[in-house]
Amino acid sequence: MTSHDVSLDASCSAGLRRRGFLAAASGAAGLGALALAGCSGAGPAGDPASGDGGKPKRGGRLRAAFAGGGASETLDPHLANLFADVARAKALFDKLADYGPDLSARPRLAAAWEPDAGLVRWKVTLREAVFHNGEPVTARDVLHSYRRITDPERAFRAKASLEPVDLGASKALDARTIEFVLKRPTAEFPNVLAAFGAYIVPEGEQDFDTAPVGSGPFRFVSFAPGKSAVLRRNEDYWDGAPYLDELEFVVANEESARVNALLGGQVEYAHELNPTTARAHEGRGQIEIVRLRDSSMQSFAMKTDRKPFDDKRVREAFFLIADRQELVDGALSGAGRIGNDLFGRGYEYYADGLPQREQDLGRAKALLKRAGAENLKVVLDTSPVAAGFTEAAAIFRDQAARAGVTVEIRSGSKDSYWKDILDSGTICSYRSGAMPIEAHISQRLLTGSTTNATKWRHEDFDALYQQAQSTRDKEERAAVFERMQRRLYAEGGFLVWGFADWILGTARGVRGVEAGAPANSLDWARFDKVWLA
Amino acid sequence: MSGLRSWAARRLLLGAAQTAAVVLLVFALTEALPGDAAVALAGDQPDPERIAAIRQAMDLDRPAHERLLEWAAGLPRGDFGTSLASGRPVSTYIADGFGPTLLLASLTVALLVPVGVGLGVLAARREGRLADRLVSSVTLGAYAVPEFAFGVLLITVFALRLGWLPPTAVGYGTDLLAHPAALVLPVVVLLTRPVCSLARLVRAGMIDALASPYVAQARRYGVPGARVRYGHALPNAITPAAQQLARTVDWLLCGVIVVEALFVIPGLGTVLMNAVAERDVPVVQGLAVVFGVTTVVLNLGADLVARRFAPRAEMAA
Repeated sequence: MTSHDVSLDASCSAGLRRRGFLAAASGAAGLGALALAGCSGAGPAGDPASGDGGKPKRGGRLRAAFAGGGASETLDPHLANLFADVARAKALFDKLADYGPDLSARPRLAAAWEPDAGLVRWKVTLREAVFHNGEPVTARDVLHSYRRITDPERAFRAKASLEPVDLGASKALDARTIEFVLKRPTAEFPNVLAAFGAYIVPEGEQDFDTAPVGSGPFRFVSFAPGKSAVLRRNEDYWDGAPYLDELEFVVANEESARVNALLGGQVEYAHELNPTTARAHEGRGQIEIVRLRDSSMQSFAMKTDRKPFDDKRVREAFFLIADRQELVDGALSGAGRIGNDLFGRGYEYYADGLPQREQDLGRAKALLKRAGAENLKVVLDTSPVAAGFTEAAAIFRDQAARAGVTVEIRSGSKDSYWKDILDSGTICSYRSGAMPIEAHISQRLLTGSTTNATKWRHEDFDALYQQAQSTRDKEERAAVFERMQRRLYAEGGFLVWGFADWILGTARGVRGVEAGAPANSLDWARFDKVWLA
Repeated sequence: MSGLRSWAARRLLLGAAQTAAVVLLVFALTEALPGDAAVALAGDQPDPERIAAIRQAMDLDRPAHERLLEWAAGLPRGDFGTSLASGRPVSTYIADGFGPTLLLASLTVALLVPVGVGLGVLAARREGRLADRLVSSVTLGAYAVPEFAFGVLLITVFALRLGWLPPTAVGYGTDLLAHPAALVLPVVVLLTRPVCSLARLVRAGMIDALASPYVAQARRYGVPGARVRYGHALPNAITPAAQQLARTVDWLLCGVIVVEALFVIPGLGTVLMNAVAERDVPVVQGLAVVFGVTTVVLNLGADLVARRFAPRAEMAA
């Protein structure tokens, strides 16, 4: 292959990064589109972004541009991995539950759930809903879907989330009642029903790419992988038929292409825009910019099982080295707000009573000295896998230098980054999208967690988690979660320095786009409540 | 003529060997990349158990040479294998991506040859005068602008400011012919740099040829100026240009990632980039075959043209 020089400059290749992994990326809680940065605490859902009121109108066609997965894309909802996959999946399919703006589970196809006294048997009642082929959604379909997800041969993403369920013992009590038997008490079991990718599909085999059948607000019309998916209104949708006649998902991996298509009237909704784009167009009247606050946790993950971070004084010193505002301004172009070394700002059970941690180089130096770690040298792993990673690493390197710590930055391959940093290295750039705080703990902070990047393994912490999951009373449970977070705040492995905004653009006539909805939550990329003025 | 035929046959054999070498090299390089398709698919959820399961489902736990041999065994039957990421046949990836790429490439070449040669001849005829200096400086300047920047500029002016043309081809899929307006800007961006290099080569070749003794001789015999220029000088000037043209067509057919990304055109470049990011080895190999064959055939064609027009010229390998 000969080629003229393919002049990809840095911003271009960053834009060409195709994989916006959902769990690693987005989410936001609270606060309407115009909320000011720096506010603390977050209320429940804000007003619809473009909601200058008006009665919703039926009709029209909306085209939404997402970064996608190219020619390998599929409509199989259990294979969903990228933002585009999930946006399409939620238009065609439903889950039993889904996340509200504070990442607490809300009933969807499930009308109600009721645990037994021991929190190990949950009776879930389905609402009356039908699939696109006219068949009712039954308990058998639910069990079939969950068995498909947990099929050991298939390695679907949601398999790990469904781990607490003993599907062999779970059974259908009648057409619309399921009894789930769990392997251990799980007070937060509704989170499992709302888990990423846990969609309900009808029993039996189906070809998802040519004729997918779900119970979602839109029916299938056509699909060209990596190019477009056309859907139309499902008049029989149990949650009220969508306003739009037709919905088309188009794929444009380059951010500038999504913006240009939006500005040029080729699409009405563009997902995932850069902060600089947002600043350039915010308030100019041409397009609407929607900022989903607190979308993505931005952090450095320290491995607590090895030198130098096996000493909690060193970890605390690193907490104190970070100038969080400088990191937010520099690495996120100001599109975000500072973090307090805890995951899930604004989500249910977040410990927001803890004092905001500030930079304190003097104390950091003293702590390092006491730990015998003066003139400390560390290698910080990073990669252009996510926006702001390499910038944040460089800023932190300079901040650490002021405390006498030498940080050497090592940039790795973005295609295998998450695997590479799981077990090797000592400190690395890390981010996470929205998920319940309970899920963050169970996936990353327990001895048996499969993606424990900070190697946080403490039996007493595991016991606290089990205690929380065995506590029926919500207030008591919240108290246990707070205890766990206090411990993480004092000596955990995640230096959470910020929460990034997730930025969308919509054409002027688009109404009903929820601004308070984190990605992965129900109202994010939800097109059945969107209408064209 | 039999000399030419055996020469072409030797070149074709060499080409097949070159293609095989490209495929082997690409396979080795893809295997050498950190991570495999299972790791890429697991993404931000690198649960070791899940990666192992994906690896097993994809047959990645088998030795590399076995996978390569099995894939190669399908080639004579025209079977390029199946994608690791989606399980769809690789041939559909190539077929889907080839349409838009071929369309863009043919449009570009159809315009490139007359414009590039025309500008080159014009500049050569007016050597040292205003037209020449204008053509030379503009082509030099335009050549220095990267496609990405030029594309952004064109979109901003002609699509967003003036609103004459659509900014991207988003949503049109592979059916680009139905939306000719969406093709204008990508073709202009693709044309710019090749036109510049071609025009400069033709100009230089023409000036050399016009100053050569045989042209002087032809003039002394009273051969008309147009015939000297187009019958004698131009064929000699075309020789280096033909090889440059082959390289340009090759570049166009292998998918021009920047233009495809900027204008949302789902061509071969996009397919290749996604496949590499996904470590989708069968797709990468399939594309390597296509690109290898394309390169070999085009260079052979260019050498044939060069031999035809200027038999004395040395052949490019």
